Amino acid sequence: MTNEELKQSVSALFTNVTYDETGEFLNVVIDAKDLRPLILALRSNKEFSFDYLFCLTCVDWKTHLMMVYHLLSRTHKHTVVLKAKIADVNNPEIETVCDIWQTANFHEREVYDLFGVKFLNHPDLRRILLDENWEGFPLRKNYVDENMISI
Amino acid sequence: MNLLGEDIVTEEGEFVINIGPQHPSTHGVLHLKVWLDGEMIKKIQPHLGYIHRSIEKMSESLSYRNFIYATSRMDYLSAHINNQACALCVEKGLQIEAPPRAQIIRVIMAELTRLASHQLWWGCTGLDLGAVTPFFYAFREREFIMEIMEETCGARLTMNYSVPGGVMYDIHPNFQTRVKDVLKQIRSKFNEYDDILTGNVIFEQRTKGVGYLSPEDAISFGCTGATARGSGVSCDVRKWFPYDGYEKVQFKEILETGGDCYARYMVRMAEMKQSVYIIEQLIDNIPQGDFQAKTKMVLKLPKGEFYQRVETARGELGVYIVSDGAASPYRIKYRSPNFCNLSALETMAVGSKIGDLVAIMSTIDLVIPDVDR
Repeated sequence: MTNEELKQSVSALFTNVTYDETGEFLNVVIDAKDLRPLILALRSNKEFSFDYLFCLTCVDWKTHLMMVYHLLSRTHKHTVVLKAKIADVNNPEIETVCDIWQTANFHEREVYDLFGVKFLNHPDLRRILLDENWEGFPLRKNYVDENMISI
Repeated sequence: MNLLGEDIVTEEGEFVINIGPQHPSTHGVLHLKVWLDGEMIKKIQPHLGYIHRSIEKMSESLSYRNFIYATSRMDYLSAHINNQACALCVEKGLQIEAPPRAQIIRVIMAELTRLASHQLWWGCTGLDLGAVTPFFYAFREREFIMEIMEETCGARLTMNYSVPGGVMYDIHPNFQTRVKDVLKQIRSKFNEYDDILTGNVIFEQRTKGVGYLSPEDAISFGCTGATARGSGVSCDVRKWFPYDGYEKVQFKEILETGGDCYARYMVRMAEMKQSVYIIEQLIDNIPQGDFQAKTKMVLKLPKGEFYQRVETARGELGVYIVSDGAASPYRIKYRSPNFCNLSALETMAVGSKIGDLVAIMSTIDLVIPDVDR
């Protein structure tokens, strides 16, 4: 499906979404609490069949955090970028997608490690790259490291 | 009790051992905590981050020309392909394209890198499974490729040859003759490789039926490269989303259906031949012209998001740049192939013997700096 067709099909199923078509892929922006129903529909609906999660990350926009899910359909060869907005930057929470794609397990741990986003129902939410006793979340824009030397 | 004060035998009678962080078979500083029942693996917990250098955070304060050089230190065996991915992503943002000459040079260098990487992997796999000779065979041929790289861009490993808009310098006048000589030499050695390792009874017994990964799991874990193609999952980025003119080159995507260590091994062996085939098509057809497109001194990407994926020697590398219009990226994410492939390790290894773990790890072809970034 082309981006335009994807947009129409998603609109037919969900109303509470906005779109951003400036980039190469169609960006579907939703609220964090609507993530599970939409992502399950994208995964299981024959029309979409997004069966491959190839990138999962987070972007800190200071006022809010944006979870970014890059999905690819191996049967239809189309791509969609799902963005879930987390408004609460002090205590960010979102549902896990671990049970849908097993690759999300490590990726979500990485996001938890570097951004501090808590994934609800994640089976093993620990820091993955940094030390367990590390303070703060380095990829947040407000992170300050006293030992950091800027050149 | 071990030195950390943890019980080495659990209540269920499982024996807990630590492999790494300093262990030759982990190919870097990776720590695996393994729960064993006798010799049988019950559970594996990888502990990462020993060489986490926060390349993503670092890149946020570097310019669009400079952040590329950090990526040579990620997957150092496919350094050129990492650079190419970043260069392509910046080019996508600037809406420019590298001149045809630069594209062809990049592809040739990328395939040479792949060859060199697979040769190192082949040697190490032999070494891991108890055959020492392949290591010397592999390094003999790899050295010729390293010399070409040194002559082309001055570095053997961290090449930094791709820049936004093309390549940094033009190729050396000797380049074409030298590459052709090396290819002839490498082609003549493939039979030797097969004779010494592929058909070896001990090697076959240690790899066949070991470390099975089903196609469904490969997709679910986001595995790419030979790890997924050994399970019959088509995922070659060069075929799915061609870049730098791969659509004009003839080659086959290698698929095996075994899903075991031997299948992954066979995929990489066949891929080496395909790489040689690709270079042979291109080496006499490097077009004349510029080797670099004209770009501004200070690069500024327009506001937006750009994603570029390439096929490294280990699988799909994705570069995701978020730009806010400034001279350095707002956020960069590297979707590294090894990070995803490593997450499938537990699924592959549970139920097999502890000795087979070495075979499984070596056929995933782990490069730890790429996992930790």
